[in-house]
Amino acid sequence: MSPSITTSSEANGNVSSATARAAASAAATAGAAGPQPVTMAKALNTAMVHAMQSDKSVLVFGEDVGKLGGVFRITDGLMATFGEQRCFDTPLAESGIVGMAVGMAINGMRPVVEMQFDAFAYPAFEQIVSHVAKMHNRTKGKVKLPMVIRVPYAGGIGGVEHHCDSSESYYAHTAGLKVYTPATAADAYRMLREAIDSDDPVMFMEPKKLYWSKDLVDLERLREDYEAKADRGTSMEGRAAVARSGTDATLIAYGPSVPAALAAAAAAAEEGRSLEVVDIRTIVPFDDETVAASVRKTGRAVVIAEAHGFASVSSEIVARVQERCFHYLAAPIRRVTGFDVPYPAPKLEHYYLPGVDRILDAVDDLQWED
Amino acid sequence: MTISADHTAPGTAQAQPGPEQAEDIYLPGAAAEAVRKFGITAEDYMLPARHQIQMVDQDGNLKHHSEQGTEPGHEYPLPGDHELLTAYAQLVIGRRVNDQNSALVRQGRMAVYPSSQGQEACQVAAALCLAEGDWMFPTYRDAVAVMARGVDPVQAMTIFRGDWHGGYDPLEHKVGIQCTPLTTQLLHAVGVAHAAKLRGEDTVVLAMCGDGATSEGDFHEALNFAAVFHLPVIFFVQNNQYAISVPLAHQSVAPSLAHKAVGYGMAGERVDGNDVVALLAVLDRAVKLAREGSGPLLVEAHTYRMQAHTNADDATRYRQDSEVALWTARDPLSRMRTYLAGRGLLDDDGEARIAEKAESVATQLRNGLGEDVPVDPQDLFRYVFSSPTPQLKEQAALLADELARDAAGAASTAEASE
Ligand SMILES: Cc1ncc(C[n+]2csc(CCOP(=O)(O)OP(=O)(O)O)c2C)c(N)n1
Ligand SMILES: [Mg+2]
Repeated sequence: MSPSITTSSEANGNVSSATARAAASAAATAGAAGPQPVTMAKALNTAMVHAMQSDKSVLVFGEDVGKLGGVFRITDGLMATFGEQRCFDTPLAESGIVGMAVGMAINGMRPVVEMQFDAFAYPAFEQIVSHVAKMHNRTKGKVKLPMVIRVPYAGGIGGVEHHCDSSESYYAHTAGLKVYTPATAADAYRMLREAIDSDDPVMFMEPKKLYWSKDLVDLERLREDYEAKADRGTSMEGRAAVARSGTDATLIAYGPSVPAALAAAAAAAEEGRSLEVVDIRTIVPFDDETVAASVRKTGRAVVIAEAHGFASVSSEIVARVQERCFHYLAAPIRRVTGFDVPYPAPKLEHYYLPGVDRILDAVDDLQWED
Repeated sequence: MTISADHTAPGTAQAQPGPEQAEDIYLPGAAAEAVRKFGITAEDYMLPARHQIQMVDQDGNLKHHSEQGTEPGHEYPLPGDHELLTAYAQLVIGRRVNDQNSALVRQGRMAVYPSSQGQEACQVAAALCLAEGDWMFPTYRDAVAVMARGVDPVQAMTIFRGDWHGGYDPLEHKVGIQCTPLTTQLLHAVGVAHAAKLRGEDTVVLAMCGDGATSEGDFHEALNFAAVFHLPVIFFVQNNQYAISVPLAHQSVAPSLAHKAVGYGMAGERVDGNDVVALLAVLDRAVKLAREGSGPLLVEAHTYRMQAHTNADDATRYRQDSEVALWTARDPLSRMRTYLAGRGLLDDDGEARIAEKAESVATQLRNGLGEDVPVDPQDLFRYVFSSPTPQLKEQAALLADELARDAAGAASTAEASE
């Protein structure tokens, strides 16, 4: 077999790929086309293309990610562009995919693996919890696992049973995992690039229902910015975004619930209420500062998440805000979350998902008349 | 690649190729070669030989070639004298380590020790068959194999003293941290081999597990991945008959564990796990074939766990003394001593030198594990991520403050009582 892969990752003491990165960046500058309507799917796909161009140790594998380009087409064209050694289909075995990725990461690669659906990632849970999350700690930092596990997650696409789960809390609850979840195309590009370059393992939770939503984005420009600032001075990790400024109350959301929060804020504005929307972006590490600053300013907060509320990321956010902002609060923090039921089938999904009306009802409840 | 000349079965070289040699079925290198060379079918190559491979019997006699269990396509040359002597020394050291650790557990100086007493031949062969640069992925029972790969004995026992980390640097030694979640490490072996193959390196990876562990899903996934990606991984199963209390018959009704290999399209072999000569012969050839590009192999070693699962277990609840006695007679050390002495390779002086070396390792363990290693509470936070998150920094500060106040409190109490 001819060794087509020669560059190793930097994580476990191997050769740097900075030169390759610089060259790729220079090549990219040429054909900049300005902002275009770009889907999150395209942004994610482009992030992988650029990462694979910049660093030969980046590999992409999973189920149907090769010729088909993934069931959501996020890996479209990667096998054709980079060859079957760098993008390939594995046998159908999620534990195998993640476990093999662990071994590859130990041995100098930066694997980016795809779980086909949120609810089909569970066979990999043991590998994720017992090894992905713990390897760095149990080897005293000697072994780093620079790997990304991409999970299409959450609802809103009318998926039949086992095709929509809000599984982020399982991963966020596991110490040693970073958990990213973008809500815009531009963030998706940047955050996936950062996840791939991170020396820590990242659970990259992709809101399925946002795959086809578009933003005006200049991907080449994003690439230049990212690669020029590879020092991470402007990292999105641990940095929430204020997606809309406001003064009366803060809506805290992440991933799939950010558009609902923005829509609610727009509707509230028409009724004369100014809502700020904070997009968490990385659940782990969590940006307490941005969230607390916003709530201290507005004095009121509603946390919005698709996942069941019980023992969830949303309960964690409420606890953290309460601990930091108690004396600034004019009302108890409210939550708008999925109900504590198994993820509903398409015919019932509509009743389950947090929508604009339910969010506005919660806002109305924030003791405005006191 | 070729199956080396030294593996040729006498008298079978001219056998006619079987009908399975059809051009359109894909055969891994060694299987295709065996079909061509020995005229056996691919299935016969992948299936284990009819009997386990045994070269030195339990009384220390070298068996006649015709009685070693070898067959065409399943031929194993006798390892060289130097390798056998090295193996014997490691056997003695391994036994001494097992004894020493069991004593340290009784004295409360080790938290737990899953002893490999009785399985030392497997431990030693697993380490010696590999070349520098090859990787090993061991289990909790394989501390002796880890040491035999060159890891410092005290570091190899770090987990068992109840420390929070794995002790040694896996990248330095190319030995995974001894793994407890059963068979999860087999997939890491597959990944390490896959990465090496993509870079064009000829690294071989030996992945270890027990008989009971073969029921786990990751065993299946790892063997299948290794076969499909045609990776140089040797799956080495120490069949010591029990998984804690559960005998193998409750795990599997396959004719043998080695028979599982054919279902993945790889070759399997079973070997007397208390005969280090046969183990080295089989594993050396497996490593050679894997390195030459034949893909993965499965080797099942028949052995016995002479002691309880760990010090916390009571083996008398599930097995008879008579069964244990049967295996005492099959001891891997005594048969090797008899064999080497009979061949004039080992005399009293040699024996004494080896015993001395074993004793110095035991002393190292007693001293190393007797020492109290100071713990740094801040280590709780240091290595969770490559750099601590703001939340972990906050929690680290909280603990530091709590400890500082405790210390200040203790100091003022001491002052007051002066
Ligand atoms: C996934 C998992 N399940 C259960 C256990 C608990 N456990 C530890 S060792 C063991 C028995 C394993 O037996 P075997 O594979 O035959 O290896 P041996 O201990 O005999 O060397 C069990 C059940 C574990 N470590 N991991
Ligand atoms: Mg066993």
